[in-house]
Amino acid sequence: MIGVGKIKQYTNVLDKPLTKGKQEVSLSAFAFLFSELVQYNQTQVDNIGELERRLEDAGYAVGARVLELLCHRDKGNRRETRLLGILSFVHSTVWKVLFGKVADSLEKGTEHEDEYMISEKELLVNRFISIPKDMGTFNCGAFVAGIVRGVLDGAGFPAVVTAHFVPVEGQQRPRTTILIKFAEEVLHREARLG
Amino acid sequence: MAPVAPRSGDAIFANIERVNAELFTLTYGAIVRQLLTDLEEVEEVNKQLEQMGYNIGIRLIDEFLAKSNVSRCVDFRETADVIAKVGFKMFLGVTASVSNWDAEGTCCSIILEDNPLVDFVELPDTCQGLYYCNMLSGVIRGALEMVSMKTEVTWIRDVLRGDDVKLLKQVPEEYPYKDDECFMLKKIKISKHLFKDT
Repeated sequence: MIGVGKIKQYTNVLDKPLTKGKQEVSLSAFAFLFSELVQYNQTQVDNIGELERRLEDAGYAVGARVLELLCHRDKGNRRETRLLGILSFVHSTVWKVLFGKVADSLEKGTEHEDEYMISEKELLVNRFISIPKDMGTFNCGAFVAGIVRGVLDGAGFPAVVTAHFVPVEGQQRPRTTILIKFAEEVLHREARLG
Repeated sequence: MAPVAPRSGDAIFANIERVNAELFTLTYGAIVRQLLTDLEEVEEVNKQLEQMGYNIGIRLIDEFLAKSNVSRCVDFRETADVIAKVGFKMFLGVTASVSNWDAEGTCCSIILEDNPLVDFVELPDTCQGLYYCNMLSGVIRGALEMVSMKTEVTWIRDVLRGDDVKLLKQVPEEYPYKDDECFMLKKIKISKHLFKDT
């Protein structure tokens, strides 16, 4: 009711206490919002590459903020400095907070030293999305790839992150893999740190 | 007269799949940011947000009716109540309250105490004309239009703009009877209170 209890008005958003992160909204609300994001971007671009790039940029902003939020709230302002540390942070903590579960798997690429893959049977953002045939390899997981890129960039591990569909035998829908390719300086630094 | 055995907002919310509100909040922020970069004019962004909300609303109403089992609302008061108690709870996980009814019962305020869209948000000086949550007005307008109620939804007070209370007001234009094809527009202004208890 209005007027009941003590009311504290915050003029500055930074003065407000940080939420515990337990609040939830319905999956359909998020799905609707995400579909509007994709539809809006479709009107702004001419080709699929541009569309993926815009989705990734949107995700990048989310990722940068998620990193700040989680570092402050869950990790007591400590940040990861090692490659495996930041990868497992993304794979477990970030995934758990954003999608409610840890990612299905984290693998190291066999062909290249600087490649890692996070796999997910069905990305949350792709659940209610079907890609028409003429869009080829387009994957709305580009948004999630952007989130990962935002987290890694903010933590000091510049990388190129992309999302791919990987067909799996025996399953109707393909698995989604987020491919992370780290910049050279990251590997040099990692080698130096031993 | 209350509808027969509708499911309460809490019950529905407990049964549907949920996601972290922060993902939702941050994604909404990314959308607003993209719009501001593309359109640059705050008025254009407001319009686009409302339009996107409208597109969501016309599809959201189907899910709402399917999951909530509410029977046809008798009058606009009931409609506003259902939106505030069941609708907001079901999708955003927050309850709103209805107040400020006018004499004819065509205009009311819906007050949102807790809005997941505006966590972590501060409007810069360059964007003071922005109705950050304008998507919500579009959603309500779209949803109600699908059930034959033309409404106008405006923001009265918004905590992001420096007022201490956020208000959305709904003013519905005439509520149609079952067999009636035509309907009048009612205006809805939604109020949103943002209170914090220490």
